[in-house]
Amino acid sequence: MQIPYTVEARPDTGLPNPKLGIWLFLASEVMLFGALFSSYILLRVSAPAWPHGYQELNVPLATLNTVVLIASSVTMVMSWAQLKMHNLARARMYLWLTVTLALVFLVVKFFEYGSHFAAGEYPEHSTFLAIYFTLTGLHGLHVLGGVIVNSYLAGPGAAMWRTEPEQYTNRVEVAGLYWHFVDLVWIFLFPALYLL
Amino acid sequence: MSGSGGEDIKHHVKVYKAVFTGLMVATVITVGVSYMRLAVLLAVTVAMIVATVKGSLVAAYFMHLKSEKPAIFWLLMLTASFWVLLMFIPVLMHLDSFEIQAQR
Amino acid sequence: MDNVASVGKAHAVEAHAHHHEEELSFLRKYVFSVDHKWIGIQYGITSLLFLLFGFSLMMIMRWQLAFPGRPIPLIGPYLGEANAPGGIMLPEFYNQLGAMHGTIMVFMGVVPLAVGAFGNFVVPLQIGAPDMAFPKLNMLSYWAYFVGGVVMLSSFFVPGGAANSGWTSYAPLSVLATQGQTWWLVGMIFLITSSLLGALNFIVTIIQLRAPGLTWMRLPFFVWAQLVTAFLLLLAFPPLEAAGVLQLMDRLAHTSFFLPSGLVVGNKPLEISGGGSPLLWQHLFWFLAHPEVYVLILPAMGIVAEIIANNTRKPLWGYKAMVYSVIFLGFMSFAVWAHHMFFTGMGTVISAFFQTTTMIISIPSVIILSALFLSLYGASIRFTTPMLFALAFLPMFGIGGLTGLPLGLASSDIPLHDTYYVIGHFHYVVAPGTLMALFGGIYFWFPKATGRTMNDLLGKIHFWGSFVCINGVFMPMFIQGLAGVNRRLYDGGMQYAHAKDVLHWNTFMSYSAWGLAFFQIFFIINFFWSMKAGRKVSDNVWSATTLEWAAAPSPPPHGNFLTPPAVFRGPYEYSVPGHEADYLPQNQPTKA
Repeated sequence: MQIPYTVEARPDTGLPNPKLGIWLFLASEVMLFGALFSSYILLRVSAPAWPHGYQELNVPLATLNTVVLIASSVTMVMSWAQLKMHNLARARMYLWLTVTLALVFLVVKFFEYGSHFAAGEYPEHSTFLAIYFTLTGLHGLHVLGGVIVNSYLAGPGAAMWRTEPEQYTNRVEVAGLYWHFVDLVWIFLFPALYLL
Repeated sequence: MSGSGGEDIKHHVKVYKAVFTGLMVATVITVGVSYMRLAVLLAVTVAMIVATVKGSLVAAYFMHLKSEKPAIFWLLMLTASFWVLLMFIPVLMHLDSFEIQAQR
Repeated sequence: MDNVASVGKAHAVEAHAHHHEEELSFLRKYVFSVDHKWIGIQYGITSLLFLLFGFSLMMIMRWQLAFPGRPIPLIGPYLGEANAPGGIMLPEFYNQLGAMHGTIMVFMGVVPLAVGAFGNFVVPLQIGAPDMAFPKLNMLSYWAYFVGGVVMLSSFFVPGGAANSGWTSYAPLSVLATQGQTWWLVGMIFLITSSLLGALNFIVTIIQLRAPGLTWMRLPFFVWAQLVTAFLLLLAFPPLEAAGVLQLMDRLAHTSFFLPSGLVVGNKPLEISGGGSPLLWQHLFWFLAHPEVYVLILPAMGIVAEIIANNTRKPLWGYKAMVYSVIFLGFMSFAVWAHHMFFTGMGTVISAFFQTTTMIISIPSVIILSALFLSLYGASIRFTTPMLFALAFLPMFGIGGLTGLPLGLASSDIPLHDTYYVIGHFHYVVAPGTLMALFGGIYFWFPKATGRTMNDLLGKIHFWGSFVCINGVFMPMFIQGLAGVNRRLYDGGMQYAHAKDVLHWNTFMSYSAWGLAFFQIFFIINFFWSMKAGRKVSDNVWSATTLEWAAAPSPPPHGNFLTPPAVFRGPYEYSVPGHEADYLPQNQPTKA
């Protein structure tokens, strides 16, 4: 049995179901990361002393990561644009590029965490480190989630293009919305943790 | 759906490249400003303004929010209002608490 | 035009799908079903079992409260030496029972029943949809709930037992608590994920899958209530999920998000970085937990509205006012949470803010309750079993709501905070309130799900017995609270001189609780017996106007409707002048 408006938009709302669904999911994610930001603010304001991010963390490395993630957002939206121009091969290429950039981000983070651990800087040592690891860790898990979804869409999931091209394009758009949100969170995380 | 013809998409691609440039410039600005070691309140304000500009570019153009249906925009405004409550009330409570008043 | 085309396509595909249904394996049909009706029933059975379990925990606690220090009869020997040596309950075990009773009833019982079961089963039918917008996601939501429930129950069997820091899990106690607390946190993450995904599904379904002609102001109030509830779940749960992650970090990674500097436990200073804030946990917890209480009540109000309209044979009074009120209520519920925190050292400015918002939020509740009461005026009331439960809900919710007012004002909260008064207040809203409405809903929609009615005599015995006993359990709590008896005392207040005169109520309340348990036997027997041997009835046994009754068979097939419905009028067109029948279904075409 078919559910209406899975692919085509409902006339009065102008939206297909998955698009409304992903925006609702992103709204809940705003509240999730918002709660962590709120915790960060409260902990920092009520602390007698709090280090500056640039004293404790690697700003150049994080700046590189910021550029990498923003670039991956561009490649993600380019992938969708290629599908709208009916070019599957280029769309898949852009998707794989997005995945690659995301993996670069995660590898950089891996080295960043590694150097902290090597210096004996663990979450338990200060509330600053605790919130830093938790915020970037949760963000990193979201990056990983995006890697898995985008890899599926670039790989086996692309088979859908042959039978349901419009639905496949929508799926890439929906995955893109998630991916841009992950980028957006980093755009706020980066200055909040590293530059202040 | 937001844009379907080939010409439409080529225009979109131009916009994406422009937004990417804007985001890179903003990143350079925000990192550069941090090296100026401004006073805390000023530093936070500048950093958050720049981040908001960057975020708005991503939302408006990459996420197509600019051409999205009003329903989505209002959902986000609703979420934003709760997010504001969540962000500011705990801090305001801390600032208005007996603990802090006793210190004054 | 588009709607008709895609709905027509759906109809053709549905007939095709019928063929495929016979080929589905047992697993795909009954375990991993993607049909909202079966998922609703899965939620229903699971939540009723959890409710029974949570109730049983309380019945054991009530023995301790009535007869502190006496061995628990029958099951005492089987509770284990760590919990009740010689059958006598240890305070540590009392605390586990208390924390888990609250957690299980709220997160594994009432919400899954009100939203997961009733919402899933009824909403797609009431809006004329073939299923929920994302059926596979729906199935995943149920299983996430199930896993969360299993994790929670398993925590009783780990060393140190289950979580014992209250359902509120305040830090620093919860951070320092035994292993069971970690299981609680993990269980909560599963339960929260289930709710989030479910809420998303409800919102998309209600917005996108309404039948042609079903405009917003023609929606049954039950659907409005579920829509607002879904928004509350979607936006309020994530902060608790974040808080759960932070508490897990504190417990497992030894961070100090909630642990202040200078904590000394057992005469030894804790080796932690400190600098954390116990208040932060309270903020994040109550940011969810306040909207959560509206999640507990809104579906119940929706159910009562449906039953009242149907059994008064007239439209609801003030439908529009009720709709605007429920939307306003949902919005305000995010702005009152610190009324649970008046005694945390709050300054006067912020305290005034939260007292004001709390007083404001009582207005929409009163509007809704008043509209339901006024709907009875001039009505031809049918005292069916569901109607008895719905009618009882009104004064019970009234008592619950009114007793909340002194708690919402900081000065009157001073003598009442953390006493039995609070327990009486919130139980009145949830137990004589929501739970009775939910039972009414079961009697009301049972014929739709099975094609048979439940037995009326057993239903009425169940109702009267429960109604009397449930008041017997909770009314005396106000008396004890006003006398100053604290909550969460494992001996019921025996050690306090000021409690002396009101302690005898403990025995009265315990007998009422056990009496309440006895009367549930009538429901359990009725429920299972009627499934097999209840009187078979027509598709629209209650002569109702809404789509689930007027347009779908009982029980509905896969895809719900034999022909896709269209809607021509509002949801409560009863006793329309000039019309021979005393009801005019939503989907009946208007005569030319």
